[in-house]
Amino acid sequence: MPDNKNLLEIRDLHASVDETEILKGIDLTVKAGEVHAIMGPNGSGKSTLANVIAGRPGYLVDSGEILYKGSNIVSSEPDVRARSGIFLAFQYPVELPGVRTWQFLKTAVDSIRKERGEQEMGVRDFDRLLEEKRSLVEMDPDLVKRSVNEGFSGGEKKRNEILQLALLDPELAMLDETDSGLDIDALRIVAEGVNNFKGPSKSVLLVTHYQRILDYITPDKVHVLVDGRIVKSGGSELAMELEEKGYDWIRKSLESGVDS
Amino acid sequence: MVQIQPVSSQFSSDFRLLQGKSEGWLKRFRASAMDIFEEVGLPTARKGNEKWKYTNVAPVARLNFELARNDGSVSLSEIKSSAPWCDSWINIVFVNGIFIDEFSDRGIEGISISNIAENSNLKEPRDQLTKKIGAITDIYDEGFAALNTSFLSDGIVISVESGVESDTPINIIFFNSGVPNQVAHPRVLISASQNSSVSIIENYVGGGADPTLTNSVCEILVGVGATVTHYRLLDESEDSYDVGYGRVRVSEGARFESRSFFKGANIGRYDLNVLIDGDGGSCNLQGLYFTSGSQHMDNFINIDHAKPNGVSNLFYKGILDGRSRAVFGGTVLVRREAQKTDSIQSDKNLILSPHAEIDSKPALFIYADDVKCAHGATAGNIDEDTVFYMRSRGVDLETASRLLIYGFAGEIIETVEIETLREYLQNIFLSSLPSYKFEF
Repeated sequence: MPDNKNLLEIRDLHASVDETEILKGIDLTVKAGEVHAIMGPNGSGKSTLANVIAGRPGYLVDSGEILYKGSNIVSSEPDVRARSGIFLAFQYPVELPGVRTWQFLKTAVDSIRKERGEQEMGVRDFDRLLEEKRSLVEMDPDLVKRSVNEGFSGGEKKRNEILQLALLDPELAMLDETDSGLDIDALRIVAEGVNNFKGPSKSVLLVTHYQRILDYITPDKVHVLVDGRIVKSGGSELAMELEEKGYDWIRKSLESGVDS
Repeated sequence: MVQIQPVSSQFSSDFRLLQGKSEGWLKRFRASAMDIFEEVGLPTARKGNEKWKYTNVAPVARLNFELARNDGSVSLSEIKSSAPWCDSWINIVFVNGIFIDEFSDRGIEGISISNIAENSNLKEPRDQLTKKIGAITDIYDEGFAALNTSFLSDGIVISVESGVESDTPINIIFFNSGVPNQVAHPRVLISASQNSSVSIIENYVGGGADPTLTNSVCEILVGVGATVTHYRLLDESEDSYDVGYGRVRVSEGARFESRSFFKGANIGRYDLNVLIDGDGGSCNLQGLYFTSGSQHMDNFINIDHAKPNGVSNLFYKGILDGRSRAVFGGTVLVRREAQKTDSIQSDKNLILSPHAEIDSKPALFIYADDVKCAHGATAGNIDEDTVFYMRSRGVDLETASRLLIYGFAGEIIETVEIETLREYLQNIFLSSLPSYKFEF
């Protein structure tokens, strides 16, 4: 792998939610072009990490730095982070009653274009782009006319997340357990969405509990998060090992002090 | 008890003048209504009066209103620019409560349209259609309705023949020219015969910089298997008072669809009561009110399930800004006989200003034991996660807030099936919504 620039660099990050410390000193560097998987048992803080990077309200950084393209974004507003190229696919996508999907997607695309100094998209051009991306994620065309995520099935909501990833074309894509609760078809579409997105200037942070999505997306690095700390990092083979031995194996190896 | 309000001297002299020119059933009809009005008065005292608990009509009662006239100064273009309009609709125009023949269309095959004055003036005996005027309105129940009936002299009677399914909307515009201290008493009767279907738009628009009162009564009879879709728009000036009284009777297997929109009036009130009077009758009542400045809007929406297997949906939404106040009172009554009733009611409000206030009191009274009913009222703001989701897509806070506020309103507006009307409503609501940021 060529020596690419660091897109994301996290230094000794401590963060808390509702006055409970969840992240207890995270160090993580993601270079442009890399796919990193963050794995860990429930409650380990892996979702918190993705949400803190995206700037979710209520997720407070107590200390440490999140450097994105070299600048500390800890105090940036979430929409500013998004316009600078950070994207979070939600674990539980939010329903926006009355807000039409089409309108929302166009507004989002235009916001990001404006940031890049480009003009708002014409309706016809946008329709063409939307149709192209929509067919990639095999989303029902009727859903575009409906309110965002309202009455969507779990799988449709996740496809909508991947559709947004494709439309907004960020530089850092974070997927917060996007694979949870998906059937095999939806899982394949999510994985294809991520694989289409990948590129030399793009990075992916894949937060997942299960190894199964990694059958479709090969990570460059796998990190295991336990109790707010990265306790083990390795290549894609680490995910396989976790699948075989379970998270208890990590816990036990930590306790016995034989961690490599 | 409701305090009795002495009838103003202006009401009395206007009433004598009106009765002096009249004879026959209409004269008798008005005289008995005036007797009742003198007994019940206007609901100025709110103590112990649940129906008017949150709306003070004292400012209305204090004014010495004069019966409205049409001075002929209003042009059709002025009317077209203040109400929804489409040349292919059947448009019916009233100015200050008086029917304007030259601005109005005629009925079409299967739908008879006549203004009350021409239809019933002095005619004896009272014909089958005019007999329906007042048939489902209990004027003892409401002083304003009694007052309307006391001054009944013009209005519109629409009758749809059996089996006629019309897709031409009937657009009734009550335009208020804003002459200070005028009162108009519009009257509407819609009778949809068996298996017919019709869409009606009832508009109250106009008004000026001085107080005026529009005091309307609309009665709708939905015959066996018939469907009536009724749209109501109240968009008068900041100084207008508008009290509307709607009574609907839904027969067996019939359906009543209602969409009510409030955008303007000093004090607005809409009292709608739908009686499910036949097995399997249904109604779907939705509304949107946007109050701003010091406006006050009171929706008093009631459904009375008197027969089994009925379905009702009551869904109102409010957006409150400034120092405005809105009231939502709604009661769904499920009588003992109304088994297998399925009813949902809900009122959701978006409050944009700390000085705005909502009193939302939906209520359910169930006397039948095999029913499915749910109700709820929420008042509050959009939550933080909603806004974060939008911002995480690069949308700034102000734009996200605008999309959400409009989306909140749009949910009701988008149920409007008549495209021209839907676009009209989108425009008037969208252009008046404030710029606002949801902050947590």
